[in-house]
Amino acid sequence: MLKYTEEHEWLKQDGDEVIVGITSHASEQLGDVVFIELPEVGREVEAGEEIVVIESVKAASDIVAPVAGVITAVNEALPDTPGAVNDDAMSAWFFRIKPQGGVDLSGFMDEAAYNDLIG
Amino acid sequence: MAENRRTKLYDLHIARGAKMVPFAGWDMPVQYPMGVLGEHLHTRADAGLFDVSHMGQVILRGPDAALALETLVPADIAGLGEGRQRYGLFTNDAGGVLDDLMIANKGDHLFLVVNAACADQDIAHLRQLESAGITVQPITDRALLALQGPKAETVLDRLVPGVAAMKFMDVAEFDWQGATLWISRSGYTGEDGYEISVPEAQAVALAEALLEQPEVAPIGLGARDSLRLEAGMPLYGHDMDAATRPAEAALGWSIPKVRRQGGARAGGFPGADVILAELANGASRTRRGLRPEGRAPIREGVEIFDASEGGASLGKVCSGGFGPSAGGPIAMAILPADLAEGATVWAELRGKRVAVTIAPLPFHKPSYKR
Repeated sequence: MLKYTEEHEWLKQDGDEVIVGITSHASEQLGDVVFIELPEVGREVEAGEEIVVIESVKAASDIVAPVAGVITAVNEALPDTPGAVNDDAMSAWFFRIKPQGGVDLSGFMDEAAYNDLIG
Repeated sequence: MAENRRTKLYDLHIARGAKMVPFAGWDMPVQYPMGVLGEHLHTRADAGLFDVSHMGQVILRGPDAALALETLVPADIAGLGEGRQRYGLFTNDAGGVLDDLMIANKGDHLFLVVNAACADQDIAHLRQLESAGITVQPITDRALLALQGPKAETVLDRLVPGVAAMKFMDVAEFDWQGATLWISRSGYTGEDGYEISVPEAQAVALAEALLEQPEVAPIGLGARDSLRLEAGMPLYGHDMDAATRPAEAALGWSIPKVRRQGGARAGGFPGADVILAELANGASRTRRGLRPEGRAPIREGVEIFDASEGGASLGKVCSGGFGPSAGGPIAMAILPADLAEGATVWAELRGKRVAVTIAPLPFHKPSYKR
């Protein structure tokens, strides 16, 4: 089941890792994405740390690590095809993170709560 | 805070799904559902309709209005033929730029179009000319539309027969369904196209009639900005301001020989000494094109250095972003004039230095009908 952050990320558990992307709502708000910079694989990050730079035709913004952990993989195709985020935000994942102390996404929003957030 | 003003096309923008933003005291469409990228490319391939009704329209009348305006604007206005339009600058005593504007000779009067954000200040500035017998008439009952792109001629001539015969920077009046349109063949995109002043009562009908044409899509301020950036056109308040001299802004071309040192009507405008000396001697700094390596846009305010580490600051980006037709990030900055085209400088982006090449302006070759 997908979970969501207040920073408009979607989180999907896969074993002891979490796959992270941004929501369709976020991609619509950003506009056409033209540049994405992903973190290094193996980097240890804190929760809330800005680890992805995403630039649209309009502005630059950051994507934060939803939890503390280690980046285990990034979507290497994405920087060459940043528009994929606009085409299908739910399949354009950014990175996989292995959370410190195991996966626990119970504190994040479910789809109904996220839909309430974005109104 | 005061409510933002709305153009006559406000409801049309909303009905077409525009995202509205505050701009220079107006609520303006920044984009429609097509999106900035799509709107940009549509304008380059077909035709885009822009609502630019927020811009200031002003008529000057009186004996020798052209010579009077030359006391505020260092352009050749007295030599501007009837039915022709020209670009010019309002300057200040320090030699800076107060605004840029379009000036059209309509025979018995001059028609000016100025920036929305500067309109009130420009009109107050123009009222200095009243003591010379000039009447300054702000036009508040007309909307302004721009139709831009390679299909603009075909589209507009279908609705307003005769406009196809106009050349770049021609101005003329045409009748459309009983309304008198003031049309110029000009724009702010680097594309062929027209700017159309229309009585407010007919503005929505004209916009709808244009949007019914299969080649035309509505275009917001987002794409207007990327189109003008690719065309190497400056935006007042970003690429030049009251502290930027014309030569620094790379706008010396708008000051012809006749207004320069040794010319028949040399000087006689605010800041003439400073501006003309700099044009004669060459500016040490001027607006240059920049192409960053990679895909990351460098935006307004990003600092440019002469080395990949340390080194000296050369200036800051004044306009920058992604150029959809240029196929990558592009920017402009006022930098040392002696930097050669092709030279490498470095932009500091999020704590890292990114190599940037000095590039010729414009980034996108214009396709005007001369």
